[in-house]
Order: sequence, then C-alpha cells, then structure tokens
Amino acid sequence: MVVDRVFHALADATRRDILTRVIREEQSVSALARGYPMSFAAVQKHVAVLESASLVVKQRRGREQIVRADLTAMRRAAALLDAYEELWRHRVQGIDRILQEGS
Amino acid sequence: MVTSHKDVENLTLTFVAEFPAPVGRVWQVWEDPRQLERWWGPPTWPATFDRHEFTVGGESRYYMTGPDGTKAHGWWRITAIDAPHRLEFEDGFGDQHGEPTDKLGVTRMVVSLEAAGDGTRMTTVSHFTDAEHLEQLVKMGMEEGMRLAMGQIDDVLGTA
Repeated sequence: MVVDRVFHALADATRRDILTRVIREEQSVSALARGYPMSFAAVQKHVAVLESASLVVKQRRGREQIVRADLTAMRRAAALLDAYEELWRHRVQGIDRILQEGS
Repeated sequence: MVTSHKDVENLTLTFVAEFPAPVGRVWQVWEDPRQLERWWGPPTWPATFDRHEFTVGGESRYYMTGPDGTKAHGWWRITAIDAPHRLEFEDGFGDQHGEPTDKLGVTRMVVSLEAAGDGTRMTTVSHFTDAEHLEQLVKMGMEEGMRLAMGQIDDVLGTA
C-alpha cells in the first residue's frame, strides 16, 4: 500500500522536516544535508525513503541532485494529516499544562 | 496517552488523548475562552477568542497571532452540545475582519469526553472538505514545526 509507505516515511521527524522544506522550495541534497547534524549519507538515506514512498522526486541538475516534493492528492493528504496530527499533539500538551495548574 | 487514526480517503483525523482530570474539568478548557485560547493555537501562534458563545447555534471569533504579528482569523459555529460529554462545531477561516469566508473549507469537529478510570478520555474527530483545505490549515503548524526543528538544530550546533 502506498499509504502505508507514506506513513512509514513520515514516521521519522527528520524525514518530516525534509519534506516540509522541499514542499516550500526544491532543494539540493547537499543543501539539505547542511541543515542537519548528521552525515550527507544519512540525509541521502532519508531522502531515499521519501522517494520510495513517492513523496519526493530526485533530479540530477549539473553536479547537484535536486529534491522536489511530488505529492498526488492522496499522498499530499497523508502528509497533511500527519502535520495536522502534530498540531493536535501540541494542543493536548497545552491542555495538560492547564489541567496541572489549578486542580 | 495519545493515539490517532488517519483516514486519508475520507480526510478525517481521529485523535484520542487521556487526561488525569475529571470530565467536568476537561470540559472547561473548551467552554472557558480564557483557557481555550491558551491551547488552541500552534505554540508561537497563540489564539485570542474575542467572542465565544458556548451554546447550540452560538458562534465564536478568534485570531491567532504569528511571530511577525500576522493575524490569522477563524470562527466556530456550534452545532451540538451535550455538556460535559459532547461538543460539535464547525471551524473555518475568517477574513481580515474575522467574519466567516466561504471561499475556504470548513472543518467539522466532534469532541467527546468520557470518564476513563480516574481521568478523562477525549476523542476529537476532524472532518475536512478537501486536501487543499487541510493544506491551508496546517501551513502555520508546519512552519511552526519547521521552526522548532531549526531551533533544535541551532541548539545542537551551538553546543558543538
């Protein structure tokens, strides 16, 4: 199932972050790699997982490999639901804080 | 404890959380606008509710203020209330005056609170109209997530 692969790909915080960045703007693998405290190879591996879930496409441009988001409606929806879930996690933390204050 | 279920085809997100507080207390974080606005917005987009009619047919108006002062307006229209167990409402985007705009999608929300042991289980189900609508909705949240991630990277690099 494509959707399962999508959720697997998005289960990792670094991959979610990479996807968020390339949704905003296409980027080279090396530019992405500079943004994380991990090796180029590790970032490349994350990109490959996103690629196998068809969330991004890689394109050679001169010496650079450019990563672009490639989201059909369903994959896009999966990615977005994932981001929306993050918002709810924050909300639940917020409610927890309020409940802890005055009981 | 938090669990969620995403139904991509039907564009719904079911989110279940448990709180160590009685149902009536958790109900208050929805009912009281001063408590509600402390958790509704994403972390650096705090919400301000300047209207909150917590009754069937009642409407709310709120805005969320971003780090650069940008205001994002939203509204609620309450469609069902069974205090302190069930709340249903529509949540939509507002124009710059905070009034509802029909151009963008409306989220239908169903919130249920039930006793679970000494605490409360809260289930929220969000129904979205289409993926575009969802995209609008998470844009701020994603930017926020990105900023948080960047901050963490800065911390790591700063101490390296």
